[in-house]
Amino acid sequence: MSLAAAAATVAHTTTTAASATTTTADTHGFLSPTGVEIAFLLVGLVTLGAAIVTVTTRQLVHAALWLVVTLGGLAVEYLLLTAEFIAWVQVLIYVGSVVVLLLFGLMLTRAPIGRSPDADSGNRWAALTVAVASAAALVWVVVDAFRATWIDLDGAAAGSTEVTGKALFQNWVLPFEALSVLLLAALVGAIVLSRKAKTNAADTATGGKADADKERAR
Amino acid sequence: MHLAYPAVLSALLFCTGLYGVLARRNAILVLMSVELMLNAVNLNLVAFDVWLSKAAEETLHSGQALTLFTIAIAAAEIGIGLAIVLAVHRNRGTADIDKLRDTAEGHETDGHDTGSPDSEAPAAQKAEATA
Repeated sequence: MSLAAAAATVAHTTTTAASATTTTADTHGFLSPTGVEIAFLLVGLVTLGAAIVTVTTRQLVHAALWLVVTLGGLAVEYLLLTAEFIAWVQVLIYVGSVVVLLLFGLMLTRAPIGRSPDADSGNRWAALTVAVASAAALVWVVVDAFRATWIDLDGAAAGSTEVTGKALFQNWVLPFEALSVLLLAALVGAIVLSRKAKTNAADTATGGKADADKERAR
Repeated sequence: MHLAYPAVLSALLFCTGLYGVLARRNAILVLMSVELMLNAVNLNLVAFDVWLSKAAEETLHSGQALTLFTIAIAAAEIGIGLAIVLAVHRNRGTADIDKLRDTAEGHETDGHDTGSPDSEAPAAQKAEATA
């Protein structure tokens, strides 16, 4: 009796993730979801639907705009997971700059914007087969592995700006600085790539037009 | 919150992006699908980081740090990728990845050694030079 009680206390105080979360997840079933779970599910449905429209629509600009919905929905999911800083970084960088870059690219490469019937290639059905098969496998494995795992969202936020900043500048300073070098290399690379095409075109184009074009390509 | 919810959403988003990468023909749409896959990975990282920071008292916050790094690398990748796509579009007049078959195997297998007789040889050599 006392041995079992001691074993139970040891098992309870062990800070391994599996035992601690399994005991808390046993009290929460999938059939009685919490409010956060319902919100996560609804936003997740919107996000997934927008993602599917993004990869299937034939209007290229609409694909970029549905991508905005997808990325914004993911930002809301980060907020629901109490990762506030990541959520706002997502809004700033993805919705603010990446989609704008993609729209620039679309409008520079395809001048007549509209319905394009050749947006999908011929191997659509093979792609659909691969995607559905991998989705089934991944969902099966993930649900089988983590159906009893419970994220404790109560208490202090796990991803507030203070927490993320402390973790980033105490433990991750060296990768952070290396990342700045990578961003500089990407900047220089993008300029070089767009400048090489410019020297070929500069023979025929006027200087002012080429200069404005270079500014736009940046 | 059950960890299964973000994990399943992340898996489904990843497979949506996988379908887009395989099925799309325009290079910029392929880049969009790559962004979808990267975002699915980010959601996974954040969810597991929030779980572990509470369940195992993990204070390293590696998931969130890696998410920030992934976002920065994705921004760099989209810049470089768009520069490449624009350069290809200026050289070839198309951003259709089904037509960029200079390095494809199986069609002109030994054409590069003997010199292909048709007029695509300078284009292929130019592609090799730029690649």
